[in-house]
Amino acid sequence: MNIIVCLKQVPGTTEVKIDPQTNTLVRQGIKNIINPFDAYAIEEGVRIREQHGGKVTVVTMGPPQAEEALREAISLGADEAVLLCDGAFAGADTWATAYALSQAAVKLEPYDIIICGRQTIDGDTGQVGPEMAEMLEIPFIAYVSKIEEITDGTLRVRRMVEEGHEILETTLPAVITVSKEINLPRLPSLRGITKSKSAVIPTWNAEELGAEKDKVGLSGSSTKVIKVFFPQRISESEMLEGDCETQADTLISRLKDASLI
Amino acid sequence: LEYFLTEEQKTIKGLARKLAEERILPIRAELDEKEEFPWAIMKDIADSDLFRVFVPEEYEGLGGGCLDLCLVVEELSRICSGVAVSYAASALGCMTLMEYGTDEQKKKFLPDIASGKKLGAFAITEATAGSDASNIKTTAEKVEGGYLLNGTKQFITNGGEAEIYTVIALTDKTKGARGASAIIVEKGTPGFTFGKKEKKIGIRASATSELVFRNCLVPEENLLGKPGLGFIQAMRLFDRSRPGIGSQAVGLAQGALEVAVDYAQERVQFNQPIISIGVVQSMLAEMAIQVEAARALVYAAARMVDSGAKNVTEESAMSKVFASDAAMKVTTDAVQICGGTGYMRDFPVEKMMRDAKILQIYEGTNQILRNAIAVNLRKRKARTP
Repeated sequence: MNIIVCLKQVPGTTEVKIDPQTNTLVRQGIKNIINPFDAYAIEEGVRIREQHGGKVTVVTMGPPQAEEALREAISLGADEAVLLCDGAFAGADTWATAYALSQAAVKLEPYDIIICGRQTIDGDTGQVGPEMAEMLEIPFIAYVSKIEEITDGTLRVRRMVEEGHEILETTLPAVITVSKEINLPRLPSLRGITKSKSAVIPTWNAEELGAEKDKVGLSGSSTKVIKVFFPQRISESEMLEGDCETQADTLISRLKDASLI
Repeated sequence: LEYFLTEEQKTIKGLARKLAEERILPIRAELDEKEEFPWAIMKDIADSDLFRVFVPEEYEGLGGGCLDLCLVVEELSRICSGVAVSYAASALGCMTLMEYGTDEQKKKFLPDIASGKKLGAFAITEATAGSDASNIKTTAEKVEGGYLLNGTKQFITNGGEAEIYTVIALTDKTKGARGASAIIVEKGTPGFTFGKKEKKIGIRASATSELVFRNCLVPEENLLGKPGLGFIQAMRLFDRSRPGIGSQAVGLAQGALEVAVDYAQERVQFNQPIISIGVVQSMLAEMAIQVEAARALVYAAARMVDSGAKNVTEESAMSKVFASDAAMKVTTDAVQICGGTGYMRDFPVEKMMRDAKILQIYEGTNQILRNAIAVNLRKRKARTP
């Protein structure tokens, strides 16, 4: 099994700052961590490899410092890592990100399964996984909570839905995104840490990816963040007058007016 | 203080801390309450390669020494001393093997200890042999096909949970301590059973049991080193393992100090956090001094062991005595600072105080160790004209 795990380095705190000019995240000077949902993806990738053999390659698109996240992934059991890094990638929305990652997947062919976390904790869109599947023209399953079975060319998974779970089967290769119910990520091991320190991590730029310039970064982004703001908190209260019945009638008519009942 | 740890040692310490905070902290109260052996944590420790730290590289370990082991024990003990001792006891259980075993013996047992697949344990104490460790009664009679063990070991850490036991028994009972030998006994050997599991004041996550040998036949090749050297081997072992108990004390005291500081910072009385009250500051400062002094002594003793020094009896005894007395004092004061809250079982410091007491007792009571230190002082004095 050749497994690709996509991950993102995200700010490790809740102190997210937004650049007022570009309306994108300010990343400088903030301690970064592996997006927590991606940690489940790494763990599941490593577990699949432990059971079925093969290798786990972790891929991220980001600034040079994102290499730390890749090294951490290796200390957690991943075999190889690739960093997609190029000034041209800057300012990418989910679509442009998915494009770069899917180009990397093509370059890493053959692969059997691509695993992503269900969403990031900074952007929170949950779109990159499905967009990659779309670009690669392979099946996609979101919110996987358990790998039921992997047999010759097919994958059977359980996924969370609102009122229970579904069992789905797909051919491979496929993209899945995983939820936190899928496993408990292991801690790094000392041998993993040693390996991660000496691992050679190639960096691929846009050209090496064979990416079209206008499809990556800000120019490849079809969405733009116009404004990021904190919603204003408004709370109002009103005391109803009269006896109980009058108050009840008033309340009902108010709720009806507000289309709440 | 700066202890000039190597990069590798910093990594080991950092990983042990991460493991303790992420995996042990959420369940430590439950482990204490239920007196349950922490198998899930042992697996986490194994998966992180921390059992490999003290095993030589040629037997699938990472080749670390006494200080490396101490760093792991300290960090585990900072969160739960019961878990820390279960880990440390596995190391204790295979140290005699590492020092006196043949290549074949090491190949057979060490890789499973290193991977954490099996735990080790060391057994010398008996009903008649505590501080007077030479007064053991368990026999290992040489018979055809090996040694026949009879007797009962008491208060054995990891008893019942470990797979590999280093047992000190008399291969020649006419010679007393000079007839003692170290023998490896595997769990499941016919005639080897476990007696009662003890209920303890503290370190309640750890298992402490009797080992019962009734005509238990152990293969001859399980004898470690030469017959008759068991007592000396055991004493030498403890000289090298005592900094480990010291580090357990350092971690425990460190944990208690941190809780006390946090509490003193948050607890408001007379319109001020109690940390701004002089008498509390004085207690906290004294605790911090005790912790750091203990750490410095333990690390220095551990480094002396790692240097290959021939005689480390005094230094390792000092590190164990000082650190365990410090842990008892610091944890008691931590409860005092936390007041009524500290006395309650919902708060972690009462457990730390209970956990501290054993450190003054096991691997040589602080009294017998002071005695050993004094004996050395007298010997040196006698030698100088």
